[in-house]
Amino acid sequence: MAPILGIWASGAQPAANATSFESIATVSVGSGGAADVEFTSIPADYTHLQLRVIGRTAKASGNDYAKLTFNNVGGTSYATHYLWGTGSSVQFHAFTSSSFIYLDFVTGTSQLSNSFSAYVLDILDYANTNKNKTVRWLGGQDLNGDGVIILQSGLFNNTAAISSIKLVPNSATNWLQYSHFALYGIKGAA
Amino acid sequence: MPATYEPIATTTLGSAAADVSFTSITGTYTDLVLIAVTQIGSSGDYLGVQFNSDTGSNYSRTRLSGNGTTASSERDTSQVRFNFYAQPTSNFAVNILNIMNYSNTTTFKTVLCRTDQAALSTNAYAGLYRSTSAITSIKLIGPSNFSSGSTFTLYGIKSA
Repeated sequence: MAPILGIWASGAQPAANATSFESIATVSVGSGGAADVEFTSIPADYTHLQLRVIGRTAKASGNDYAKLTFNNVGGTSYATHYLWGTGSSVQFHAFTSSSFIYLDFVTGTSQLSNSFSAYVLDILDYANTNKNKTVRWLGGQDLNGDGVIILQSGLFNNTAAISSIKLVPNSATNWLQYSHFALYGIKGAA
Repeated sequence: MPATYEPIATTTLGSAAADVSFTSITGTYTDLVLIAVTQIGSSGDYLGVQFNSDTGSNYSRTRLSGNGTTASSERDTSQVRFNFYAQPTSNFAVNILNIMNYSNTTTFKTVLCRTDQAALSTNAYAGLYRSTSAITSIKLIGPSNFSSGSTFTLYGIKSA
């Protein structure tokens, strides 16, 4: 790779094997917004998935949350645990036996213009058919005087391989333009 | 499918330095990941981060921290840089910054950061850089020199 930066490497270290972190699919929300974002036909070629998100919804007041589901399964198959900081206090919460995982504190349209919540989700051992699935992520929003930083984990109480992922704003409004969802696969050793 | 998590540049300090900069960052990628393993020489405290040589009051961040005794949260608003605590004068801190959609010219930039130093604390941050400009340079600054042996590696992640 050409040295494109002002400072060049003294011993460049790849974060992962050159072929182990691959882009699977991306959704960039356009000017019309999107009622949901869904990745389907996810191949079982990887060991883990990583979903990288910036999101903002049309919720009219305050922040929103998104409903995260896998394989279009609902019922009581999910749980979510939270630990977050508000800028002045530390909070914690949990939902169990719910019909989705809570991807919380999504920036709403009334909040600071041009700002988006961000999330980096790891979906571990997603193709394993002997394990229930665990998701964990770092996320948050800062609004220059408001916002949160959050550590969350989610359970999909199901041993099926994950082949689809869906994110729906709870407010029943749209994901707004420039929201961006990028799904990556991480391979293990052959 | 193409590999997409690529090292862009690394610098390892052979001697103490007041700052480290990555410049001429192209808009090739979707997100940047910066891993800084740092020790601050005489007075450890924070890792300062500025984008695009912007010294205006355009940086804010919200912090969640635990030090083995207490958990706490605090916020910086309208700062001239991000301040990521707590950086040690002994041992090294590991800082991992996710700089999301850094080349988008329509949105402000959200940064997610983890800063960990086992002898001090573990920290998580959500940061906001209130600029719609694409990020083309990153400057890392400490309250005193970064110690020899500190490393700074910038990666690019490109989505399909």
